Amino acid sequence: MIVESAVIKFAGDSGDGMQLVGTLFTENVALMGNAIATFPDFPSEIRAPQGTVAGVSGFQIHFGSSGVHSPGDAPDVLVAMNPAALKANIHNLKANCMILVDSDSFGKRDIDKAGFESNPLEDDSLSGYKVVAAPITSLTKAAVSELGLDNKSADRCKNMFTLGMVLWLFNEPIEYTIQYFDQKFKKKPLIGEANKKALNAGYNYALTTEIIKSAYQVLPAKNTPGTYRNMTGNQSAAWGFMAAAEKAAKPLFLGSYPITPATDIMQELAKHKWSGARVFQAEDEIAGICSAIGAAFAGNIAVTTTSGPGMALKTEAIGLAIMTELPIVIVDVQRGGPSTGLPTKTEQSDLMQAVWGRNGESPIVVLSASRPSDCFDWAYEAVRIAVEHMTPVILLTESYLGNGAEPWKIKRLAEMPAITPRTLNQADSLWKPYSRDLDKLARSWVVPGTAGMQHRIGGLEKDECTGCVSHNPLNHEKMVHIRKEKIQRIANYIPLQKYKGKDANDLLVVCWGGQFGIVLGAVMELQEENKNIAFTNFNYINPLPKNTEEIFAKFKRIIVFELNTGQFANYLRAVLPQFKYKQYNKIQGLPFTVKELKTKFNQILSES
Amino acid sequence: METLQCLYKPKEYASDQEVKWCPGCGDYAIINAVQRAFSELNLKKEDTAIISGIGCSSRFPYYMDTFGFHTIHGRPAVIASGVKLANPELSVWIVSGDGDSLAIGGNHFIHLVRRNINVNLLLFNNEIYGLTKGQHSPTTKQGVHTKSAPFGTIENPFNVGELVLGSQGQFYARVPDTDVKLMASVFIEAEKHKGTSVVEILQNCVIFNDDTHASITAKENKANTQLILEHGKPMLFGENNNKGLRLNGLDLQVVTIGENGITEQDILIHDAHSKSTVLHNMLIQMKLPDFPVAMGVIRNVESSVYDEEFHRQITEGKKEGKYKTVDDLFFSGNTFEVN
Repeated sequence: MIVESAVIKFAGDSGDGMQLVGTLFTENVALMGNAIATFPDFPSEIRAPQGTVAGVSGFQIHFGSSGVHSPGDAPDVLVAMNPAALKANIHNLKANCMILVDSDSFGKRDIDKAGFESNPLEDDSLSGYKVVAAPITSLTKAAVSELGLDNKSADRCKNMFTLGMVLWLFNEPIEYTIQYFDQKFKKKPLIGEANKKALNAGYNYALTTEIIKSAYQVLPAKNTPGTYRNMTGNQSAAWGFMAAAEKAAKPLFLGSYPITPATDIMQELAKHKWSGARVFQAEDEIAGICSAIGAAFAGNIAVTTTSGPGMALKTEAIGLAIMTELPIVIVDVQRGGPSTGLPTKTEQSDLMQAVWGRNGESPIVVLSASRPSDCFDWAYEAVRIAVEHMTPVILLTESYLGNGAEPWKIKRLAEMPAITPRTLNQADSLWKPYSRDLDKLARSWVVPGTAGMQHRIGGLEKDECTGCVSHNPLNHEKMVHIRKEKIQRIANYIPLQKYKGKDANDLLVVCWGGQFGIVLGAVMELQEENKNIAFTNFNYINPLPKNTEEIFAKFKRIIVFELNTGQFANYLRAVLPQFKYKQYNKIQGLPFTVKELKTKFNQILSES
Repeated sequence: METLQCLYKPKEYASDQEVKWCPGCGDYAIINAVQRAFSELNLKKEDTAIISGIGCSSRFPYYMDTFGFHTIHGRPAVIASGVKLANPELSVWIVSGDGDSLAIGGNHFIHLVRRNINVNLLLFNNEIYGLTKGQHSPTTKQGVHTKSAPFGTIENPFNVGELVLGSQGQFYARVPDTDVKLMASVFIEAEKHKGTSVVEILQNCVIFNDDTHASITAKENKANTQLILEHGKPMLFGENNNKGLRLNGLDLQVVTIGENGITEQDILIHDAHSKSTVLHNMLIQMKLPDFPVAMGVIRNVESSVYDEEFHRQITEGKKEGKYKTVDDLFFSGNTFEVN
């Protein structure tokens, strides 16, 4: 059966290796040229209680030739490694979808633990679905028996047996995964062998038994021609920073502290010593940003990465970077909050913290990425703005983007925009530490080691001209305005806002950040139905693009969609109060679904 | 004299800014000693960065004609770490107080020392919060009445040297703010030491904690209250330099040469380079009235230096790396073509 696209969800115990299976499957379909979007969803415990709904780890992937803007609402195929995984997902299945289960794990105890009254495989409750029940655990054990592995190691291969079945189901080759095992287990050939055997066994089992009646064939995507690779948002952000540093011809410095879901950016950069990237794992979040500020003072492309609670800790230091007008990039991979909140779940609720969360009048540039692959571009743009305008820049991404993956059309450094740091290398007798460019109001970057240019900067207010400490009241007021104006003028150096839809329309849908793909998908479906609806997504939050007001004025109604209680809507109310904003919010640690968005759009469109 | 070949005279390291410490503040002597040390070390102004936190001591960078950064409370150790890692060629000096480095910045202090990044930390210890006007600090002696402990502080104070050694510190020195010559010579040794050098300066706050170190530093009895250590020299002190230290079992003991058959041979020789911290710790712990207070470089041991290792890995990574540019990386591994 040939299909345009399909959604598959792998679900099992945390520890069953569902994230790995999902990632390997993604890598595979990406290599086959499919468009993809993924949504890893897992508990914050490393090994939550086995067999319980709370312990279920899931990985959803949507892949196909068109219409892949999001990881998809409900799966076409659910892989449930145990009753709990079935229970956790049963409320979100398409009618007649396929459910693949490990029948070995449906013992009485497992069924009780998951909270089922009776065995769902036997009680007809799944009659509306195509259930494929295979004794995966025992078949896996049999497949690897000759290797003499201990019970636990043999058991752990069952995820690969499952992957083998799914690869067959979607008519995908297994060679890439075999190659992966060869690489990954170079030093543990026995484990590599066991995984290969399990994978092959699963593939052959699906092929030879007629247990799965119909295989799917998903067509490759109609993407723009080019060379692609599969990337998560965190990886692409890391690569964006490496590219920016190379373009700016300055060393990259990352000072960070591990925090979910941002840690992968640090871990990715730590691998690439060849690039000269300097990665400093600090003792805490404050040390992370402070080391970056020190590195910026000393002339490096300085970055710190974190998530919400870590962002809160960095607050005071961000103020220092604003006051001293040093270029650093602060990445906040948002997660559910407040406090520790939902460490592994996505949310967009740090916007207020980013824009306003500091003492004093402390304007800062805020950007947001909107797809896993464009985290690359926004990391790059954040560096460009920081070093060309001498300001800290906050880049907001989300758990949803950082962990999600999609194909990235590879760029070459030569194609990317220039990055020209405001470095001053030669002594200049007229220069003062806070002398400014008349257009940008940015100061120059004079780093220690520059002969004859010794100077002092600090967190105390300074005289507008000399840069010496000043507590003069009128000078402070002037400096506050200069710092604000400097950020506002960045709007002259960024692209205009675009929107998708007809001019002068009835309804403008506004979103920002990582919900872009899902909202776009929903809007496009309605546009195809000729509904009067347009869509715009913001990546430049502060300052907003110059034509924002002009766009808003064209529409009768504006509605802002975001995963919080209305932070961007309130921001717009403060910045552009002449418009009325409706809002639609979700605060469940989950992304929007296309279905709920379409329902909401239709409801608003029907209101006159 | 070497000073003839110096790039700058000590005073030439001063910036054009008016110094605004209280009259009589110990910081004046310290800045003189720093300028003297910089001059003898031939430090280029542009290659020197002075990073401070918050507090009276931390106004220091403004008064020096080097690169300087007056940062935020408690964080100069990490900002300086970033500076040094970003540009290892710089001579990096941290100027900080007991509140800055041991209270709000305590975490950064121990981690800086543990990592052994090649910077110098001058810790102005006046056992009080000066700039916030008289609250007790982590080094205030128990029982001292302060603005925030009007009935006497009930806190146990840190002994800075013990904290340094407990954090795997390889260079620790203690100096009084009354001895510019000794301070300058110790600052020079600190700069020459590869790794984190912590110099604790017993500094006097004339306003909020005047004379807190007077029992140690007062001119009239300093010969008996200070033991000035020099590597390779016997641990002698006293008016006639005839008192010394020896080991009695597992304890240090003050003895007098010529009494009870004690000769100079019985006196311990200071070994600042000893890897063992046992004797260094005993010297650090000595206090009045039973012992003199140890001054000078107590510990100076070569060990692996973080910033060197940090850049060694990068240099090796560059040499052995599969890629030369990001383009190489981007097109490596699993890519696929769309036509």
